[in-house]
Amino acid sequence: MKKELSYIDSVHRDGRIWNLGVMVLLMMFPLTVAFLFGASPDWKALGLGLLATAPMYWAVGIIETITFTPMLGAGGSYLSFVTGNISNLKLPCALNALEQNEVSANSEEGEIISTIAIATSSIVTTIIIIIGVVCIVPLTPILEAPVLEPAFHQMLPALFGGLGVVFVSKNWKISIAPVVLMLLLFIFVPACNAGTVGIMVPVSVVFTIAVSRLLYKRGVL
Amino acid sequence: MTFDVNHPILFVLAGFLVAVVLGQSVYSLVKAIRRSKAIGMDQIKIKKTIKTAAVFTIAPAVSIVISVIALSKSLGLPLPWLRLSVVGSLSYETIAAENAVSAMGLTLGKIDALTAQQYVNISLVMTISIMMGIWLVPVIGKKLLGGMSSLENRDAKWADILQSAMFIGMIAAFLGYVFSDFSMLWNPVEGVAATTALIPVCVMAVSAIIMALCGLLMKKLNWKWLGDYALPISLILGMASAIPITAWLS
Repeated sequence: MKKELSYIDSVHRDGRIWNLGVMVLLMMFPLTVAFLFGASPDWKALGLGLLATAPMYWAVGIIETITFTPMLGAGGSYLSFVTGNISNLKLPCALNALEQNEVSANSEEGEIISTIAIATSSIVTTIIIIIGVVCIVPLTPILEAPVLEPAFHQMLPALFGGLGVVFVSKNWKISIAPVVLMLLLFIFVPACNAGTVGIMVPVSVVFTIAVSRLLYKRGVL
Repeated sequence: MTFDVNHPILFVLAGFLVAVVLGQSVYSLVKAIRRSKAIGMDQIKIKKTIKTAAVFTIAPAVSIVISVIALSKSLGLPLPWLRLSVVGSLSYETIAAENAVSAMGLTLGKIDALTAQQYVNISLVMTISIMMGIWLVPVIGKKLLGGMSSLENRDAKWADILQSAMFIGMIAAFLGYVFSDFSMLWNPVEGVAATTALIPVCVMAVSAIIMALCGLLMKKLNWKWLGDYALPISLILGMASAIPITAWLS
């Protein structure tokens, strides 16, 4: 008799099919363009371009996968790693949803809530981008108006100010050490800047886990 | 066929891929909603989750549209539309495009019209360099999450703390990032007002105060509905505050 898959197993099966399918399709875009316009890649330049770009982003990709997957849950991870904008949109969205519904990320309810929040966010993002593309001519002068520029430039501080209040106040014991460390690093180490914040996320996560483990073992938590 | 960065066929190709990604999102949403019904989760809460996620997404999504517009000036519209609808960002796509073009001995932004070959090289570099997460999650995702589940069974309290620690770790990194220009206050940069370093800090403070106020109103006046909109409100008002704050501190 065929064994019935559990919900979580079916999420993994479907996620694998979707992600590997999307990966192949994404590769088809440049290859189809090359075929249709009779333009083979400049292989030497392609190698050099990849050498300058890929190693760093592959390394970041590995670290991000290991760091973000346990936070996003199964359904959320498959979707987020296809649709992107994880730390600045999908993860805060999932965190907020888990918080509002008072469910643990490790539970099945948490898995469902996180997937629903991330899928909704992905759909809304895709639709807004489509509207932006269709209406690019009338929208460009509005969205690129100098008066609005600071608002979009400061999106991350505005996002993490609100999110920080919720999570730091609820977990202040484990928040002190990582917040202090990150402040010191970002203020005094020039290499820690807007360009490297993505790399600092896993560093901060590992440090916070280590501190939390220490506090837990000592009975502080 | 003569190549053009805005050739209709490129819109068709990009549109097809965006539709597939949209399909994956819709599929995941429907599957999760069905499961929530099957295990008896409160559907009012599910609807609220959808509403809150949708409202919260609007401002960040508009900023992605701005990135599409910015990139479209050198790459045409279809490629940035596709790249920013899937995994990618303005900074990543710009770096990838610049590296791809400079490997051909050119400078992005100084090319009058991209050739098909340059376009193919750029899109290949953009696509391949950021592919890691898309295939790595299918490879290791189940094992990683299985590890979390067995930890939950062994020591549920530590599993909860671990989850919170991961969230806090991420938030701490971004709180640090907000202060990344702070050293300008004692190491001024020529031509830039030192006080500009305070702009992100002030914006973050405004957003944090608004979120705290929302929490207070929810508690004191029992405005529970506000909880669904507290994060989008703090995000949008925080972003709006950046306009006068920037004018004041620049």
